[in-house]
Amino acid sequence: MNGNTCNLQSPASKKAQSHWAGVWRQFRKNKGAMAGLIVVLLAILTALTIGFFVDYDEHVIRQNIPMRLQPPSLEHPLGTDELGRDLMVRILYGSRYSLAVGFGSVGIAALIGIALGAFAGFYGGYKEDVVMRLTDIFAAIPGLLLGAVIVASLGASLTNLILALGLASIPQFVRITRASVLTVRDQEYVEASWVIGLTGRKIIFSHILPNCLSPIIVTATLQVAQNIISASAMSFLGLGVPAPDPEWGALLSAGRSYMRTHGYLTLFPGLSIMLIVLALNLLGDGLRDALDPKLKR
Amino acid sequence: MIRFVIRRILFLFPVIIGATLLVYFILDLAPGDAVFALGGDQMSEEELIALRHELGLDRPFIIRYLSYMQGLFTGDLGVSLISGRSVLETYFQRLPMTLRLAFSATMVSVLLSLPLGIYSAVRKGSIQDNIAMLFSMLGLSMPNFWFGLILIIVFSLHLGWFPSSGYTGPISLVLPAFAVGTGLTANLTRMTRSSMLDVLGQDYLRTVRAKGVSERAVVNRHALKNALIPIITIIGTQLSIALGGSILTESVFAIPGVGRLMMDSINQRDAPMILGCVVLTTILTSIILLVVDLLYAMVDPRIKSQYVRRGKTS
Repeated sequence: MNGNTCNLQSPASKKAQSHWAGVWRQFRKNKGAMAGLIVVLLAILTALTIGFFVDYDEHVIRQNIPMRLQPPSLEHPLGTDELGRDLMVRILYGSRYSLAVGFGSVGIAALIGIALGAFAGFYGGYKEDVVMRLTDIFAAIPGLLLGAVIVASLGASLTNLILALGLASIPQFVRITRASVLTVRDQEYVEASWVIGLTGRKIIFSHILPNCLSPIIVTATLQVAQNIISASAMSFLGLGVPAPDPEWGALLSAGRSYMRTHGYLTLFPGLSIMLIVLALNLLGDGLRDALDPKLKR
Repeated sequence: MIRFVIRRILFLFPVIIGATLLVYFILDLAPGDAVFALGGDQMSEEELIALRHELGLDRPFIIRYLSYMQGLFTGDLGVSLISGRSVLETYFQRLPMTLRLAFSATMVSVLLSLPLGIYSAVRKGSIQDNIAMLFSMLGLSMPNFWFGLILIIVFSLHLGWFPSSGYTGPISLVLPAFAVGTGLTANLTRMTRSSMLDVLGQDYLRTVRAKGVSERAVVNRHALKNALIPIITIIGTQLSIALGGSILTESVFAIPGVGRLMMDSINQRDAPMILGCVVLTTILTSIILLVVDLLYAMVDPRIKSQYVRRGKTS
């Protein structure tokens, strides 16, 4: 699986660079993946800069009852919500929560999962058994239920939501990292590293993990997409970001009471979730094709 | 093979014990305890202590956990703090509804995605294939519960064809089954297509074609059998996903199943009920995945030999 990266790996950093240049060349040819990349970058840019353009208290939170439930118009392109707040501003601002939860939870899961997976795959034996059995236990609990229990216990807040979804996604990373390390572990260059007296930790971080990155990157991208959906689901259930913060799932939950007359309150937040998740999925698929030419259909 | 089956079944126990410990521990972290759900904030200090003692809450964590596990294996999961009814009984009362929904959703996805996936694989690269792949990508990227809300708006609020919430008969399950089924369909179509493509490229099919068998028979009689093997596993996995996701679907459509039960108990801080719901659903999904694993091994002789060998060495 990682044969191609291994062959390209050489002491000279020039060659290593050309591997990533090759990946980029391959990636650029994929129109869907490029579109996904652009949308994701735009969303990140929006989330980072929206605070400069709109004032949180003034535009996102302050109620304006006379203007409530206005259908989409020139002044309010996506209409206004049940408290007279502009839906577009709230959705744009909401990207901060979705992206923070998506990337934050995957960051936590990747950090813990990669370390455990590499440890298990590299050392094998009873250490591997212990880690993998614990992972099985963790993975046995349906993710949404585990997340719900964590938030129900610790309280609904952005931090707890990130923590809950992060913990629930650890098994994915343990498994993919271990599987990937196993394919590299017995190669000759790793044996050579032992012979010259490197420590296990040094070998894992400098020689094994760099060659296991491809599947991990792909998993991480797709997991961000998955966790953005889960985050909105949790907020929809009241187990995520609490009101009045404009998290997309919370917007859906608020719009639900007005479904019959003001369907746009349900339509637009959902479309936003779909757009960013679609972009991440396309990006992930494109990365897989570019990083792993053998897998390409 | 029998040793393998027994090993796999025995392996279920440590997973259930571990998962229960984990959930028990997380719920124990909650600030305040069960007495507050029972109106403890209006009681005096002495009454609180007495009530805690009566409920066994003043015992150390590990003792409480062990007595819970003892209950789990003897079929006693305690009683709800709110209704006072047995957790186990309430759960199994609600379960048929959830199972019915999960099965319907899985049926919808199988019926839609098998033909679609096979067709896409056979006509790989055609416009139809591209459209099917585009739609499954969209389906994959869509939050199911949001699609459920959209279905409610269109088919029940505007067209009035289906009830929007509650359960009044099988017709109430149509929209939820499609809402959940669509996400599953997207995934299953992609899997079917790639599994089919995998098989279609293999040498034995070249031989079959060389013998002059029509393309239709190649697909239906020779390719499909092998392509379906990995798909069986995925269908089982989807059933367990549908069960785990019931908390969401049932909240959207107000279906009185176990997901709804769990959500209600979270809102009422009914700890024994939350714990029971999570533990029992975990056991249920683990059993489904185990059965799927065993089926998989039985259907595919190659897998079976692999497992048996691995079973002997370790």
